[in-house]
Amino acid sequence: MNNTAIAPTPAEGWRWKQPSVIPGFGIAFGYTIVYLSLVVLLPLGALVLRASEVGLSGLVAVAFEPRVFAALRVSFGVSAVAAVVASIFGLLVAWVLTRYDFPGRKFVDAMVDLPFALPTAVAGIALAALYAPNGWVGAPLAALGIKVAYTPLGIFVALVFIGLPFTVRTVQPLIADLDRELEEAAATLGASRAQALRQVLLPPLAPAVLTGLALAFARAVGEYGSVIFIAGNLPFVSEIAPLLIVIKLSEFDYTGATVIATIMLALAFVMLFAINLLQAWSRRRFGHG
Amino acid sequence: MKTCIQARLLGRLPAAGLVLGMLAAPVLIAGCEPAVAQTAILNVSYDPTRELYRDINKAFAESYKKQTGEEITVRTSHGGSAAQARTVIDGVDADVVTLGIASDIDAITKATKKIPANWREKLPNRGLPYTSTVVFVVRKGNPKDIKDWNDLVKPGVQVITPNPKTSAGARWNFLGAWGYALDKFGNDPAKAKEFVTALYKNVPVLDTGARGSTITFAQRQLGDVLPAWENEADLILKEFGNDKFDIIVPPLSIQAEPPVALVDGNVDKKGTRKIAEAYLKFLYEPEAQAIIAKHRYRPVLAEAAKGDLAFPSVKTFEVEKLLGSWDVIQKEYFESGGVFDQIYAVARSAK
Repeated sequence: MNNTAIAPTPAEGWRWKQPSVIPGFGIAFGYTIVYLSLVVLLPLGALVLRASEVGLSGLVAVAFEPRVFAALRVSFGVSAVAAVVASIFGLLVAWVLTRYDFPGRKFVDAMVDLPFALPTAVAGIALAALYAPNGWVGAPLAALGIKVAYTPLGIFVALVFIGLPFTVRTVQPLIADLDRELEEAAATLGASRAQALRQVLLPPLAPAVLTGLALAFARAVGEYGSVIFIAGNLPFVSEIAPLLIVIKLSEFDYTGATVIATIMLALAFVMLFAINLLQAWSRRRFGHG
Repeated sequence: MKTCIQARLLGRLPAAGLVLGMLAAPVLIAGCEPAVAQTAILNVSYDPTRELYRDINKAFAESYKKQTGEEITVRTSHGGSAAQARTVIDGVDADVVTLGIASDIDAITKATKKIPANWREKLPNRGLPYTSTVVFVVRKGNPKDIKDWNDLVKPGVQVITPNPKTSAGARWNFLGAWGYALDKFGNDPAKAKEFVTALYKNVPVLDTGARGSTITFAQRQLGDVLPAWENEADLILKEFGNDKFDIIVPPLSIQAEPPVALVDGNVDKKGTRKIAEAYLKFLYEPEAQAIIAKHRYRPVLAEAAKGDLAFPSVKTFEVEKLLGSWDVIQKEYFESGGVFDQIYAVARSAK
């Protein structure tokens, strides 16, 4: 990567590299490309290459096999709902942790990260134990006729659990930066509490909430360890797409596994891209972030 | 002698390699030890043999030292049977494999040729130093009165068994039910399919492995009956208390066959053939057979299971004699679109 290699285009000049006062673009960019290729592109490329054996029509055919379709619907549907719920409550948690001071705040703050640190299988087993019909939470719910463990609801619980830290951590610094004066100004100018919340507080937070949502969603779609112990794994009901991949691998069907993985990858990319667009829009709209 | 090609190549790469090198060098150098004749062998096994092989490995090391004066160690790795087979296919240098089902060893044969196709003939009893059979673990006092396979399809009985797609143990349960149904309904596969479909309608949770099902049944208290291998059933009673569960032995059951084999391709490369062969031979000797019986696998050597260690008598059938080779069984029943998939497709369209 050489600075002189790309001559600046004359006239009004779109240039692929904006001139910068910070030196070292060449080496930094080179490092980025090598690193990304090695860590991200190479494995994903191998995946797609293997899956491409069946061709595009093959991919589509697999995606619409009833069982695969059902699993994809469970995976993406439950993940989306869980990410939204985790984001709403994550926002609340972030707000409480930054805006209020209370004894044990640091402790609670550290606790938020635990779902990151815990091996997912441990989380899954713990949640299954709690929400099983004989568990501490599961038993009273079962008495009310609500089954959580071994149903799609169980998947939802696990995904909310692992998704919680994302929004908290993306929103927290923004809340800390928010000027309290803005709220006070809103109040003195006659805004009600609800108006201040809707028009002054939430707009600048929106892009960060969406980032957290996207991260939580991406994590949830690929989640295996914590879900598998609480899902019940019944085909067409509570079978998640990553389990189908594991099933294919158990059959030594590497191609079949990569095909489902590629479908998941494509779907996840589309959804993340949509979230990104939404984020860009909200950033333009509210000029913050 | 293996040379460090990677390291030499790295030296020749120009500037860009520097970045690459910084990232990858520790990994490559660590993987670059010279191949000396090794005294450690690796036994790639499946999940429920953890306790068994801990004892056998110790006994073997002692016995080998007594005979040859050499100090050796046996390491064993455990996991789902198919996942373990896959690690060998993907390059784990196992010296011997001791898996849960013959089709997993066949898979290694097909994918790598590291195990000869006639591995069954290389060891006594088709490579089976021990077998087991499927019995039923029920709640204490057997409240649902379960005595035989046909009690598992009764409405209102919940059966806990893992997914045969991901669990070798579950495949034995499936085939046990299938064999029972063939026997009962005059070898009519359509009837057998009906029977097994009814059985899986009673399954509320499909765990991915046998131990998962054990936890669901014993710890979560879900379900009325857990079909399990004798050794696993015994372990459940030991772990969770025999005041909570009973073991019911059905009159007819399947002979579960977890086979062992030498990984020829690896032992020659590592220079461990002698130890690995001695290890497999040891499994058939009285000392190991006694350990096997103690862990409630049925030893091939009948004398090993006398007195306290005697097993309840049960009529068993060999699945290959009933349904053909594992290739056929795997394809017809468990692969994509096979009988197991059809069961769920039917159950769904009936809704």
